[in-house]
Amino acid sequence: MGVGIEVSNLNAWYGANHTLQDINLKIPANHATALIGPSGCGKSTFVRCLNRMHETNPVARVTGSVRMGDLDIYEDANPVEIRRRVGMVFQRPNPFPTMSIYDNVAAGLKLNGFSNRRVLDEIVEKSLRNSALWDEVKDDLKKKSGASLSGGQQQRLCIARALAVDPEVLLMDEPASALDPVSTSKIEDLIFQLKAQYTIVIVTHNMQQAARVAEHTGFFLNGRLVEFDSTHKIFTNPSDKRTEDYITGRFG
Amino acid sequence: MKARLRSLSDMLATGLAMLSTFLVVAPLVAIFVYLVYKGASSINLAFFTQPPKPVGESGGGMANAIVGSGVLLAVGSLIGIPIGIAGGIFLAEYGRGTRLAQAIRFTADVLNGVPSIVMGIAAYSLVVVPQKHFSALSGGVALGIMMIPTVCRTSEEMLLMVPKAVREAALGLGVPNWRSVVSITLRTASPGIITGCMLAFARVAGETAPLIFTAFGNVGWSVNLNEPIAALPLQIYVYAISPYDEWHRLAWAGALVLIVLIVLAVALVRYVTSRGVLKGAS
Repeated sequence: MGVGIEVSNLNAWYGANHTLQDINLKIPANHATALIGPSGCGKSTFVRCLNRMHETNPVARVTGSVRMGDLDIYEDANPVEIRRRVGMVFQRPNPFPTMSIYDNVAAGLKLNGFSNRRVLDEIVEKSLRNSALWDEVKDDLKKKSGASLSGGQQQRLCIARALAVDPEVLLMDEPASALDPVSTSKIEDLIFQLKAQYTIVIVTHNMQQAARVAEHTGFFLNGRLVEFDSTHKIFTNPSDKRTEDYITGRFG
Repeated sequence: MKARLRSLSDMLATGLAMLSTFLVVAPLVAIFVYLVYKGASSINLAFFTQPPKPVGESGGGMANAIVGSGVLLAVGSLIGIPIGIAGGIFLAEYGRGTRLAQAIRFTADVLNGVPSIVMGIAAYSLVVVPQKHFSALSGGVALGIMMIPTVCRTSEEMLLMVPKAVREAALGLGVPNWRSVVSITLRTASPGIITGCMLAFARVAGETAPLIFTAFGNVGWSVNLNEPIAALPLQIYVYAISPYDEWHRLAWAGALVLIVLIVLAVALVRYVTSRGVLKGAS
């Protein structure tokens, strides 16, 4: 099951660049939350703070707190543990090029020392079914490389790979921006099904996408969270003038 | 008119590219043809099964030198490849931007340019002097040291070519950094790293100078690491500067065999390591 995330006074830097300033918000469990905003507004940095990927950059720094359920992810655990509980899907599909489809999905478990074949087989099948890829690849699981799939299939493979380690939260950083409309709609259908089991945070440039998949939406601008509310409210009756300007296409 | 000019300049460029290819390949083919012409007649079963005969007796072969070269290269690879790859991993994954990494990179580049006879002297003072005798071990050490800079720098380059997205994918799954380096980055870069190792291997396989006062050469059979050992390049050198026609012919044959064996070794490694890699991988 998913857990809620509570972010308080989150600040993040890249070197001297203050990319996130005083972010406070509560992301509800088992819902999809969309983050929108113009390029460079900090939304990607924000999701990378939720699984501590931000700090893999040597000049990056974070302050503030992020609580996931009862856990303060910056105080109570190490980054490796956090990343097992908070899965991530990136903007460009990034399957491991030297691995088969099967090994790509099993990678998170295998690389952490899990080797029970029977259980692995089950998890791989379940994850591929959950990411709606099973029927397309079940005959080539070990024969074909993950890199031989189409872009849309690769992205669903990456989703399966993230699901296989059984996270509680799934972060998606513009998961459909490199995909064609058919693959995009498959990913969106998937988000709909997945939120029954996971808390989903999705960064998107596409406002229709936010409106279609998410119950809540946050609008970021220049490193600040301008407004966070139900998606319906953000898109029909935003309280902030800047949100309204952005969603009506006056800038960004 | 313009289109004609363009297709003409296109043909010119294609022609120049073909000419350059020819210029690159021609010397190689010429050397090989000349070796076959000079050496092929002396290659027979005895060449691969017998050690050299004393002066004046005809026949004999280079079997001990072929085996000796194999032993020396095995020792060299065991030393040079692991140290080189470990150094490459450090440069690419852990030492990025540090002073130490810059120093190592600089040292490796200088080491690459050091004349091979100096490597021989280094191995001589490191191994031969303390042991008080020439040995296969010291020859292997000399070759191993020579392999390190090539393996190290190509490994670094290949590791750096692995896209950041692939590293992030592994870290994002909650894989510890060391595990991601070993199982993801190194594995993704492995075809290029293997090429680097093969380059280093092929380069030292033909080295004579570093073996002169380390492996020393041996007219008889020996595979003992503590004794002087024969090596193909050494044997070729000794035969080539001798005054006997038959030995000259054997030297040509030795050179031909050396080249063929290097090509076979590289091809074998490529075949073995390419099996298991899945089709369609980019």
